[in-house]
Order: sequence, then structure tokens, then C-alpha cells
Amino acid sequence: MSEDLRALVLTLQLASVSTVVLLVLGTPLAWWLARSRARWTGVIEAAVALPLVLPPTVLGFYLLIALGPEGPVGTLGGALGLGPLVFSFSGLVVGSVLYSLPFVVQPLQASFEEVGPSVLDAAATLGAGPLDRFLTVAAPLARRGFLVAAVLGFAHTLGEFGVVLMIGGNIPGETRVVSIAIYEHVETLDYGAAHRLSALLLAFSFAILLVVYASARRVGWSKRP
Amino acid sequence: MNDAVAIRVEAALGDFRLDVSLALAEAGVTAVLGPSGSGKSTLLRCVAGLEPAARGRIAMGAEVWLDSQRRIAVPTHRRRVGVVFQDSGLFPHLSVRGNLDYALRRTRARPVSFDEVVGQLGIETLLERRTARLSGGEKQRVAIARALLTAPRLLLLDEPLASLDVRARGEILELLRRLLVRTPIPVLYVTHMRSEALHLADRIVLLEGGRVRGVGPVREVAISAEAGRLASAGELGAVVEAEVCAVDEAHELSTLAFAGGTLAVPGHLPLGERRRIEVLARDVSLALEEPRRTSILNVLPARVVEVRDARTPQPIVVVTVGETRMLARISRRSVEQLGIREGVAVYAQVKAVAVIP
Repeated sequence: MSEDLRALVLTLQLASVSTVVLLVLGTPLAWWLARSRARWTGVIEAAVALPLVLPPTVLGFYLLIALGPEGPVGTLGGALGLGPLVFSFSGLVVGSVLYSLPFVVQPLQASFEEVGPSVLDAAATLGAGPLDRFLTVAAPLARRGFLVAAVLGFAHTLGEFGVVLMIGGNIPGETRVVSIAIYEHVETLDYGAAHRLSALLLAFSFAILLVVYASARRVGWSKRP
Repeated sequence: MNDAVAIRVEAALGDFRLDVSLALAEAGVTAVLGPSGSGKSTLLRCVAGLEPAARGRIAMGAEVWLDSQRRIAVPTHRRRVGVVFQDSGLFPHLSVRGNLDYALRRTRARPVSFDEVVGQLGIETLLERRTARLSGGEKQRVAIARALLTAPRLLLLDEPLASLDVRARGEILELLRRLLVRTPIPVLYVTHMRSEALHLADRIVLLEGGRVRGVGPVREVAISAEAGRLASAGELGAVVEAEVCAVDEAHELSTLAFAGGTLAVPGHLPLGERRRIEVLARDVSLALEEPRRTSILNVLPARVVEVRDARTPQPIVVVTVGETRMLARISRRSVEQLGIREGVAVYAQVKAVAVIP
């Protein structure tokens, strides 16, 4: 069980770190996509949406090449003395972030678009600069988008399998996440262990979603005030 | 110390082209009046700095807000313009007080008295309310208060009454009149409603197709041919500044003196008060001889200045009563039978007079 417990802790770490990175990177990207009128925003939107349709193994394969010691990112990492990214926790974070990007960017973009220009124009006439407008008007009005983005990003990373398998492998304490551990239990016909972990993940995922959505409803974070 | 505003803007938005030159005095209300699609709101957005397509030059006193030749475009949040939008633009995630504080906290200029502004707009009891729970009229009161709390150097109002029902419209109009009449800053009031412009403005700018078709004091622009072309038939009329000079208590009539004569209107008005009155063209008829034994109270000796739209079934006759010009809409047959033409002495019979509150 201690092996499984380590897998569980690792999974939660990965999901938490990935969610934070996703929100930090996804917020400006979604804001830009929501506000920009440039023609090539469509290209970026399509690229962001790719993980929705791509088999995780395809994404994982390219990441394996890019992050590997011979790949561009791997070479850069080697030159900076960061060590290899493949088969490491950092590599998993990179993979998870790319894999879950649309689940964070799309709800954020939609909620930013819903904020509309009129309140932002009003804020500008009241003396609020661009960052001020974002922090005091757009972000609070898009808070439901942030909630949905964080929950989806977290939950989606929890269930990640294909990308991890390709670039992370199965190193206990480093890259062996719950989904991999379950897969291994099934492979070794240890159905009892697979049941325990699966049920745990199921219950845990449902519990997070329940807590988040229930509290959102109570504090009036749902769409209609 | 306030400054005059010099505006010269061009903006191309698709097929539409705005090309306006305009100067605003240090104080007073300028109404931009025009049909929808005339570019009024675009003009206002250019002045506020909200229209990226704006080119030209806008200067507020010595301060240059826009100069596309010198690549100057001061962003909206540094222009210190107060704007009241048609849809109020209140922040739904803040209470009324939160909305007002938002403005007050960002005001770098002389502090504005929160209590005074809140009192003027009568929103003391609304402060803790959520903005979603306000009526249309209440929303506009809060929006106006919020704009005033920024201590603006220029106040812009973009059809602030357009989304209100009739009762709230009258209420806010009266509020604005009291508020704007002595405001020490220039005010630009955008509207497609002639009546709003006549109520509130000192000057009117007629805008059509992105161009200025007429500009001047209300009493001049109101009777201009351009205004006549843009106004609907029923609302065309003259605006006269007058002072209450007598009150007939027994008959509940007040007499107002203007440059050229007097007009009796129903009701008690405070003696000595200055009022703006509107005399609609359709309420004025003309007679060659002084009518006697008539029920019409107001009969004014006048002289014909011009017959407009002479070929239409209902021409407009411009007459002067003393120094004051008025309009009369009469039938072409009457024009022909009475021989109405420039210089003819007539009696203008005014059937109804509207006192603008």
C-alpha cells in the first residue's frame, strides 16, 4: 500500500503544480484570445484546442522527442545543467500543462468574453489602467470561469495516462502516478489493489467536484446572481 | 480653472466616416443631436479615448489628448472624462457604494464630496444595494453619481435616457437639468431626442451622416431649416427664453415676457423665474387682421421672414415677433390665399405653449 500511497501523493502533487502553472499561463493567453481582434488568433485557438482531439500518445510522442536529451528542449535543459526532462517529475508537469491547456483556456476565454467591453470601458473612464481593469473588473466577473478552469485542469491532470506513459514511464516516487499504478496492478492481475486505487480516485474526484460546485452555488458564484 | 475643448476628429469604421470639428466652451451643455447612425456615439467615444480608429486632434485646454500627427493618444484612464453610458456600465459584482468608491479611490484631482453627490442624486438609500436589483432610473442615478465622483474635466453623456421608461425618463431629465444648469465643466450630451436637447442644452450640434449640419445656441438651431429637416413634423418648433412677469391667480394663468412680447400659459409659475418655452409650429396659425373675440389667449403681432418648403402641402412660415423668431406650419392654400410672403405683417395665434420644466 505504501507504494500506492506514494503514487497517490505524487498524483496530487502533479495535479496541483500543473493547475497552478496552467492558471498562470492560461489566464493571459485566454485574456488575449478574448480581447484580440487579430486575424491569426484563430490559429492560436486551434493549437490550444488540439489536445482535445489528439490521442495523448501523439502528444506524448512529440514531447518525448522534444524533451529527450537529443531534442530541442532537452538540449537546452542539458546546456543549462537542468538534467533530463523525460522520465522526471518536471517533464510530467510540462506534459500535463500542454495536455490540459484547453480545459483551462477555454472556460477562461468564454468567461472573459462574457464580461463584455462596456464595464471595462466604464472602468477606464473612472481612471483604471489596463492591469487595474483586469484585476478589479474582469477577474472578479470571470471568477466562475477561474473556478471551472481550475477544477477541470486539476481533474483532467488526475486522470492523465497516455502522456505520462510516453514521457514519464513508471518510476516510483518520481513519475508513477495513480493511473499508471492501476494499470500495473491490472497487468499483474492484482485486481484487489486495482479496485482499491480506482475506488479511491473515483471517490476523491467526485468529492472535489462536489465540494467545489456546492460551495460555488452557496456563495452565489453560479452564473446568475 | 477650466478649459475649453477643441475637437477635430476623423474615424473610419467600415463604410461609415465620422468627420467632425467642434469647440466646446469652458462650461455649459452642448447637445449632439442626430438620428441613429449619425455618428454621435462614435464622436463621444473618440473624445473619451475609447475609439481606437480616432484620428485628428483633441485638446482639453493646454492638454493634448489626441494628436495623430504627433502620435499622441492619451489613454482613457488618464483623460479625466466622466462618462454616463446608455446601459449605465455599472459593475455587477459591486454594490452601489462599491461602484461609487471605485470612482472615488481613483480620483487624483481635488476630492469630491461623496455625501454631496449622493445627496444631489437622491441615492442615499440605495448605497448597500446590489446593482442588479436597481431599476433603470436608479441605475442611471448611480452611474451619473459615479461619473461626477471622478471630478471630471469634461462630462460626456451617451443617450442616458434611452433605455428608460417614460416616467423614469422625465425624472432623470429633471434631475439632469438641475444638475447641469450650473455645472462648471463642459458637458457633451449625445441624444437622438430633440426634446432632450431642448430641455438641457445651451448649444446644439446637429449631426448627420458623420458630419456637423448645424451648430449654435438652442433658440437658433431649433428653428433652423436643417433642424426642420431632421425633426419629425410634429415636434418642430421654436424655443423662447422668457421670464415670468405676472400671475393671474383667479384664472390660474402665468404671463411670461420674452424679447418681443408676452405669452400666457396655464398654471402658477414663480414670479421672476426664467423658463424656456417651446412653441410648436403646428400650434401657431397666422391671420392678416387682428383676430377679435377669439378663444386663443396668445395673439402676437409678427412679420413674415421666410416661407420654407413652399411647394409642399404644409409649408413652414418663419415669423419674427419683436426679436424672437417663431415657426408656423400652415397649409399651402392658406399661404397663397393670404398672400404670405417675406415682409408681410401678420398676427400669430399661438394655440398652445409648452413650458420646459
